[in-house]
Amino acid sequence: MKLTGAEILIECLKREGVKTVFALPGGVVLKIFDMLHQQKDIEVVLTRHEQGAGHMAEGYAKATGKAGVCLVTSGPGMTNVITALADAYMDSVPMVCFTGQVPTSLIGNDAFQEADNIGLSRPCTKYNFLVKNVADLATTIKEAFYIATTGRPGPVLVDIPKDVSMDKAEFTYPSSVAIRSYNPVYEGNKWQIKQAAEAMTKAKKPILYVGGGVIFSGASHELLELAELTHMPVDMTLMGLGAFPGEHPQSLGMLGMHGTYCANMAMHYSDLVVAIGARFDDRVTGKVSEFCPHAKVIHIDIDPTSIRKNVNVDIPIVGDCKTVLRELLQILRATVNGDQRELRKPWWNQLHEWQQANPLAYQQAADGPTKPQYVIKRLYELTKDLDPIVSTDVGQHQMWAAQYFKLAKPNRWLTSGGLGTMGFGFPAAMGAQAAFPGRLVLCIAGDGSIQMNMQEMATAVVHKLPVKIIVLNNRFHGMVRQWQDLFYEGRYASSDLETTPDFVKLAEAYGAVGLRASKPSEIDDVLKEAIAVNKPVIVDVPTYRYENVYPMIPAGGCNHEMILEDPPALKNKQAGSGQVMPKDSDTILTA
Amino acid sequence: MEHIISITVENKFGSLSRVAGLFSGRGFNIESLSVAPTLDPSMSQMTIVTSGDDRIIEQIVKQLNKLIDVIKVVDLNESDFVSRETALIKVHTRPEDRAEALRIADIFRANVIDSTPATYTIEVTGDPHKIEAIINLLQPLGIKELTRTGRVAVARESIRSTSLQTKKVARE
Repeated sequence: MKLTGAEILIECLKREGVKTVFALPGGVVLKIFDMLHQQKDIEVVLTRHEQGAGHMAEGYAKATGKAGVCLVTSGPGMTNVITALADAYMDSVPMVCFTGQVPTSLIGNDAFQEADNIGLSRPCTKYNFLVKNVADLATTIKEAFYIATTGRPGPVLVDIPKDVSMDKAEFTYPSSVAIRSYNPVYEGNKWQIKQAAEAMTKAKKPILYVGGGVIFSGASHELLELAELTHMPVDMTLMGLGAFPGEHPQSLGMLGMHGTYCANMAMHYSDLVVAIGARFDDRVTGKVSEFCPHAKVIHIDIDPTSIRKNVNVDIPIVGDCKTVLRELLQILRATVNGDQRELRKPWWNQLHEWQQANPLAYQQAADGPTKPQYVIKRLYELTKDLDPIVSTDVGQHQMWAAQYFKLAKPNRWLTSGGLGTMGFGFPAAMGAQAAFPGRLVLCIAGDGSIQMNMQEMATAVVHKLPVKIIVLNNRFHGMVRQWQDLFYEGRYASSDLETTPDFVKLAEAYGAVGLRASKPSEIDDVLKEAIAVNKPVIVDVPTYRYENVYPMIPAGGCNHEMILEDPPALKNKQAGSGQVMPKDSDTILTA
Repeated sequence: MEHIISITVENKFGSLSRVAGLFSGRGFNIESLSVAPTLDPSMSQMTIVTSGDDRIIEQIVKQLNKLIDVIKVVDLNESDFVSRETALIKVHTRPEDRAEALRIADIFRANVIDSTPATYTIEVTGDPHKIEAIINLLQPLGIKELTRTGRVAVARESIRSTSLQTKKVARE
């Protein structure tokens, strides 16, 4: 039977198991929306801005591990979704984005709402397609999902001209895909794996450095076994949080610019770095020339370009994390014995010493201004048994969330790592909530970044996505302010927001619930109230304005040279800032 | 160091822009680039002359391989290769210079492919040094226009494998 392009698209989505499409209509995609309107299998979440649709698809993908899908119109619809595509590309998020295009006869004529979707998206997608003939549509969609979800995942864009969505063709969905120029390698080289296993049994001061690749590959179980079997400590990247249980005694927490003292010291002084699904980003390596000066490096990654891009690697293994770890475990189960525990005893003593010397710390006075870390700590304690999904925006609050919200399982952490996209958190949380309507989804945000996609509150209310937003409100672009205090002599160039909207009223204006915790003693009750509500909630928490994120490795600095607290000059300045600082004599709620 | 990279890509809309975009987006250098279909019209052959240290060249090769449309990438510098470039040089020729222009063309085994009373268009093929040399010699006469193809290159076949291949072809 012959179907229109629009019908073919919907049939393909059904066969790919797509349940939700995040979308915003426009002239050239009306036929597709019209057909979506007449079916019930796929839910259309109408967003208020295309960037929101893109981030929702990302959140959906990160929480489910499946490709997220968004659908937008030509021209401005497509250009609005670019930020989400670039974000997904940096963080390897599987996603298929359908864009409308002007009719094929008008392409290149500067038609109304025309943009060069292929040219614009080329550098921020894994691949993109312009479908010029409806007969190619089904195969193209099959290939798009295949490319997005295999190898190193990423966003794929399918550009559909208006006439292609209206034209008819015989519909057959291909059962398999063969692209001669695209054959991702899943199996690691056996010889290299053997070498790696040997190095891992012999090393005295090894460290596992794990990233988001472990999560996308579904290798958390294997990672846990590997760490416990070999008695190696685990450092996680920002994207890798949740890959290994945060409360596990072998977890040293996050590493990098705002990683824990112990995680960074362990990296610097190790004799063997085992990188798994991580890419040696500059926020992790610091000064490359002095990165892990004593260590041999094993690098397991499905993307060959990640290997030796930033640092030299002694044992490269190109392959899927899960497949490679399984092979490694097979060898290690036979070779590892009790000796490793003994061999690594001094290393663990050293690690424990570092942990005790400089644990993550903040001071919260009972009647002082609320410290942002305290809010996250309480949020964590109150919700950890509910197995929440946590999203963040980008900035100070993101780093505190990464430090204090210890995730037990993978696919619970939605954050924008590579691109650092403010405005990511709320729509991403909504995407995850759409995938898991019954779960608790938290969005930890700053007052700066939440305003970047605030409009999606309308979407959350209409589609009953009860995301709980906790706004750590310091009326600053806090991370910018922190850098200005540390490196620009405290000149707050365009970082002081001066005023923020009344978030409680704003939530209410959208038909959501607004709550506020004005002092530390109110936080528990307000958070509990928010969690209990089955509606989208904004919890506004005015916090101490000048709190800084530590430890901090200055950009281009060395991993073992961390700033651990405000320099004295800064402390004095803040003391005169008018806000009450906690004194030693104050009751400390949490250390 | 200069490297010649030979790339086999899908002969389709946008393949060239993906390759060129990769070079510009990652700050890799392109000294010359040439593209044309292969014997199999569904594929194109690109030859890119680039430069960089070992790490950069390794990244270029890996990043090219990562492109979905790229079928095969060969860094020709890893073995022996032959490369050629063609230039078309339109040179001003006053009556007293015409013999000189022909002599120079002759020395370089170049051909005059178009002639007017005031110009010759000379076609020359060779390695970059040869092209540079003829340009230098023709310059005093006055070069009106110059267009170069960029280099194409192919790996040298070892004598052994060539003879084997000939046999195979002969048998077929």
